[in-house]
Amino acid sequence: MKNLSKLQQILDSGQFAVTAEIGPPKHSSAEGIRHHAEMMRDYVDATNITDNQTAIVRLSSIAAGVHVLNCGIEPIVQMTCRDRNRIAMQSDLMGAYSLGMRNVLCLSGDHQKFGNHPTSKNVYDIDSMQLIYYLRRMRDEKLFFSGEEIKEHEPRFFIGAVANPFADPFEFRVDRLEKKVEAGAQFIQTQCIFDMERFERFMEMVRERGIDERVHILAGVTPMKSWRAAKYIQNNVSGMIVPDELVERLKNAEDPKREGVDICIEQIKYIKENVKGVHGVHVMAIAWEEVVPEIVERSGLYPRPKVG
Amino acid sequence: MIVAQQKPVEDIAQMIADCKKVLFVGCAGCVTVCLAGGEKETEVLASAMRIKRNLENNPLEATTFTCTRQCDPEYIVPLDNLVKDVDAIVSLACGVGVQYLAERFKDKWVVPALDTKFIGGSVTHGNWEEKCGLCGDCILHRTGGICPIIRCSKSILNGPCGGSQYGKCEVSKDVDCAWQLIYDRMKALGKLDKLMEFQPPKDWSKSRDGGPRKAIREDVMID
Repeated sequence: MKNLSKLQQILDSGQFAVTAEIGPPKHSSAEGIRHHAEMMRDYVDATNITDNQTAIVRLSSIAAGVHVLNCGIEPIVQMTCRDRNRIAMQSDLMGAYSLGMRNVLCLSGDHQKFGNHPTSKNVYDIDSMQLIYYLRRMRDEKLFFSGEEIKEHEPRFFIGAVANPFADPFEFRVDRLEKKVEAGAQFIQTQCIFDMERFERFMEMVRERGIDERVHILAGVTPMKSWRAAKYIQNNVSGMIVPDELVERLKNAEDPKREGVDICIEQIKYIKENVKGVHGVHVMAIAWEEVVPEIVERSGLYPRPKVG
Repeated sequence: MIVAQQKPVEDIAQMIADCKKVLFVGCAGCVTVCLAGGEKETEVLASAMRIKRNLENNPLEATTFTCTRQCDPEYIVPLDNLVKDVDAIVSLACGVGVQYLAERFKDKWVVPALDTKFIGGSVTHGNWEEKCGLCGDCILHRTGGICPIIRCSKSILNGPCGGSQYGKCEVSKDVDCAWQLIYDRMKALGKLDKLMEFQPPKDWSKSRDGGPRKAIREDVMID
């Protein structure tokens, strides 16, 4: 079983990486996961598998990771702090590693209020910062979270984290990103960028502090299907900023879906050419995985590099 | 203080539906301050039950008493004579008081009239807010005197999460983001560098996860 993450090899060699996202279904068939994985295989370097996103019960991210691996695509297992205590997290991640998964993305997770089990109990035994720190220590110092020695076969993950330049307090977002890098984050995927001006200000602060030289930042982009979707995010999703111009452009478009894809491609090209310190792009085509190959191809990011 | 709120009258009536004589016991502690189970609320609840049962042609004999505190054995001793011939005791104390009554009066049906909500304080008259998560290992010196354990919806120690926007929590626009408050206060105090320190996971065994907790002070024990 190979030990190094392909995503890590691509990023460490200085190539512009492409990741996407597959959301597991609300049932126990892997057919859709396999379909999406096969479709994306040649167009992305790795794909995130979301962990019960928006707190809606879905097929497990690690189980979905196995199906994705079997389709010849590298998974990035998402692990939220909402549903598992530190015992379950270590156990599940060691299991994931044994199944061939090499990338993990550590995040807080949406509050259960937003899901289909709003009366459930959240865990938050540890937070995302602590998860990053202890996974790094597991790998580099061969220690369980408790400090007990791992005698052999410690999981050696390529550790990812998220950053949200659109949440508040704005300046502290750069501090917190640095804190995550200090804790052990090796790659960062950002929240969906719609407000490019704010993202550029964020990256300017990141570069001033040289953080982009210590971590691989992948810019998050999302194609919009309609102006209503954009408006919904603008009004209802905490921690996201959608400028009015974007809503208007979709509203005035003859074919809004086409327009949404075009906007996304424009953003990728702009980021790649103009925003220094960004090492890749993370395409979150939410419930619209089919459109990923076209976005990658038309953004000039196809074919993807081969890794030995 | 402990903040509690009275259950709906219908729910309380249901708990004592088959009783003919009931003692309503108030508490002069926290629940008096938060206007949920003091002497006044006890009298009002007993009257409400009498009227309701009269209207249903099923009269209820309701007596009342308010203890200095229901969470201290010595203050519930005076109830010994009052409970003798009742079918049930309705406690208007927090969950602690209900249990003290149940423990002392082993052959009596004891029911709660309140929902014990949280520990906190009053914001304005009639408006109380939760402020402390009773974690058993206070960290307020690291967070500018603002508790992330209970005031952050995710109890995050290295916050804020990505759902914080315009000073509010992702859970609701009515909830302040505790970490925005912490950030603002630490910034004003010139202590932002403290927030860059990695905060390790909490020892939850000192909280409710370690089983029922005890506090022992040998120096004040008698015998």
